[in-house]
Amino acid sequence: MGAGHAHRLYREGSSPVHRLPPHCKIAATFLFVLVVVSTPREAFAAFAGHAVLLGTVAVLARVPAGFLLKRLLIEVPFVGFAVLLPFVARGEQIEVLGLSLSVSGLWGAWNILVKGTLGVAASVLLASTTELRELLLGLQRLRMPPTLVQIASFMIRYMDVVSGEMRRMRIARESRGFETRGIRQWSVLAKSAGALFIRSYERGERVHLAMVSRGYAGTMPVIDAAVASRAQWARACALPAAALGVCLMGWLVP
Amino acid sequence: MVGPVNASSSPSASPVPSLEVTGLAYAYPDGHQALFGVDLTVGAGERVALLGPNGAGKTTLVLHLNGILTGGLGGVRVGGLPVEKKNLAEIRRRVGIVFQDPDDQLFMPTVREDVAFGPAASGLRGPELEARVRRALEQVGMEEFADRPPHHLSFGQRRRVAVATVLAMEPQILVLDEPSSNLDPASRRELADILRSLDVTVLMVTHDLPYALELCPRSVVLSGGVIAADGPTRDLLCDEELMRRHRLELPFGFDPRTVTVPA
Repeated sequence: MGAGHAHRLYREGSSPVHRLPPHCKIAATFLFVLVVVSTPREAFAAFAGHAVLLGTVAVLARVPAGFLLKRLLIEVPFVGFAVLLPFVARGEQIEVLGLSLSVSGLWGAWNILVKGTLGVAASVLLASTTELRELLLGLQRLRMPPTLVQIASFMIRYMDVVSGEMRRMRIARESRGFETRGIRQWSVLAKSAGALFIRSYERGERVHLAMVSRGYAGTMPVIDAAVASRAQWARACALPAAALGVCLMGWLVP
Repeated sequence: MVGPVNASSSPSASPVPSLEVTGLAYAYPDGHQALFGVDLTVGAGERVALLGPNGAGKTTLVLHLNGILTGGLGGVRVGGLPVEKKNLAEIRRRVGIVFQDPDDQLFMPTVREDVAFGPAASGLRGPELEARVRRALEQVGMEEFADRPPHHLSFGQRRRVAVATVLAMEPQILVLDEPSSNLDPASRRELADILRSLDVTVLMVTHDLPYALELCPRSVVLSGGVIAADGPTRDLLCDEELMRRHRLELPFGFDPRTVTVPA
């Protein structure tokens, strides 16, 4: 995370999507994913419709297709299981290119793949148009438990500090002739990890001391409150509402 | 609390000392005794250096000033108000501690929010809070950096923001733990200029004897858990016997007799 706050998923911009309040965008993304998940898997056209909707948002947000597709790759490790399904599932079999595949397995794989991809694409769009800090403010506004928001916010703040410490420890190790070669060096690495944990823990204590010294009594004061007008909510909800339409079509039109 | 409020509005005219420590003794739960009866009075508007070798109990004393550590003998009063459980919120507003590592002090995602943390915790909101934050950042010359995350600043800048986070609480007494440590000479001078420009009582814990001479007309030496000496900084630094006894050493080539201290 050398880029620090300007996290790698975020793309600077001032598009209408960037300007929407964070909690509206989070809610809209969540609702969109719910709608996608409840769309019947047989309704191919409906999924095309969802994809078109997301594409429209991407165009509005001026997020280029290449940027979006590259970040979609994060999904790959998770869909490995879906790809296996047609081979391992039982029931009715079908010949495709000389391979015997399970029909229900194929349906299952398609279901996971299409819904997963749409969900990830929606999240990537959210992340590329919303700064990390704003995301936290949005979650706070949506009544996420304050402890969780605080943990996430400290993680963002101290990620660089801790990774800097880790880098210095590695440089110190290597400067004294240490090389990672095979299993025998693992105990050294494990001890480094332990030392890093203790250092971070002690830093946590010092940070807490500094917070208490400035009047912290268990809750973070709300300094920036995210506010949204009705028009902004309406604009954010246009996406899940349109998707709901598509989804209902999918159920009603066989 | 009419008296204390008046005292905070005009610290230099107030006859109440900013800080009174009387007979303070403290032993850690593991039995190690760090303080053996410390007496120290700091008048309003004074700048005092707290000198002492490693392990003299300096940090332990500092943590008593805002009630982080309590439970020993003796007492601490800040602007006349005793450090007790029921006063802790007000005490922590009055005593601003700047810790040694700015990464410990700056824990919020942006400089602005960090400076706002203290006053917001005491209930300030809206334009009043904004004004307080802006003023504190102006005092340390960091107003352009308000929206930057702390880890994108240089070490010297982070130290200055750390001072601002405490100034935003409009403390009666500013306590600095090793303010000049890890600073390059330019940042050191900039911080000195800032500290001199503030109209606030300062207690500065340091090993940096030239810095103490430059900024604080008066010094006290904490050694072995008691105040071993108290007097004008130059007199203490020139007393070679006293310095040696308490493991205090001047940097090579530095002669306190020949230095002109800026007014």
